[in-house]
Amino acid sequence: MAEVLDRVTKIIVDRLGVDESEVKLEASFKEDLGADSLDVVELVMELEDEFDMEISDEDAEKIDTVGNAVSYIESKM
Amino acid sequence: MKLEGKTAIVTGASRGIGRSIAIELAKNGANVVVNYSGSEEKAKETAKEVEASGVRALVIRADVSNADDVQAMLKETIGEFGSIDILVNNAGITKDNLLMRMKEEEWDQVMDINLKGVFLTTKAAARPMMKQRKGKIINVSSIVGVMGNAGQANYVASKAGVIGLTKTSAKELAARGINVNAVAPGFIETDMTDELAEDVQASMKKMIPLDRFGKPEDIAKAVVFLASEDADYITGQTIHIDGGMVM
Repeated sequence: MAEVLDRVTKIIVDRLGVDESEVKLEASFKEDLGADSLDVVELVMELEDEFDMEISDEDAEKIDTVGNAVSYIESKM
Repeated sequence: MKLEGKTAIVTGASRGIGRSIAIELAKNGANVVVNYSGSEEKAKETAKEVEASGVRALVIRADVSNADDVQAMLKETIGEFGSIDILVNNAGITKDNLLMRMKEEEWDQVMDINLKGVFLTTKAAARPMMKQRKGKIINVSSIVGVMGNAGQANYVASKAGVIGLTKTSAKELAARGINVNAVAPGFIETDMTDELAEDVQASMKKMIPLDRFGKPEDIAKAVVFLASEDADYITGQTIHIDGGMVM
């Protein structure tokens, strides 16, 4: 759990230029972390690469918070 | 050379305008993926001409209206060349008929290849291009997509659709350094125009201020320009290459 969260956090910090302390499980990419729609698409693409998995468009649409991303990735590992 | 070390995919590159675009990109230093769906022999001929410029060619069969084919083509391209810098959506078909006689499948087939195909390849190529923060997408529309043409409701609608898709993808992808433009060829000398009777050809030329049909190279050179850094500040545009027919 912690390991996935760490890797996800690093990607979010790099991609969105936010402070690590802002990346909480309940944080919404768009509302709390200042991402636009395209940023979220890119974020999902980077998660696919980082965790070597394919995330379908349908699933990707449901990933809107840090916690969602982490639990989705853990469910597929 | 303008495109040294770049990788380009040209859909429908086995003959006609697509072949000419592939060859012109190669002359400017790009490695070229020669995509075809039916005529493998012709595609291999294009590849030979591409390689004659001292660059690499890769022949890939893919039906652009099939998402799996398109994904596989992108995967193979990146596996072989490591990147995709230029996508030229050229593949297209016609199934001409009067509106009142046009069959539903004639409409669907043309839409699938000419319009949905551009959507699928753009979506697939945009991903690696977004990561690179760089990319050029050039869509081959047609002047009839701007002016309409009797007997080609399906083709005209698809080519007008390509212009709208060009503008929308340009807006969505601009923030990621990807330029999307279209070219709209007018009457271009191909096997098709060669077969027209002389008086028909003459009456067609009357509509063209520059008083001649275009050559495939006229299109290809504009595509090379749009694919190069010289066109970095141009996006969402449709360039008419028609001897001034539509202004």
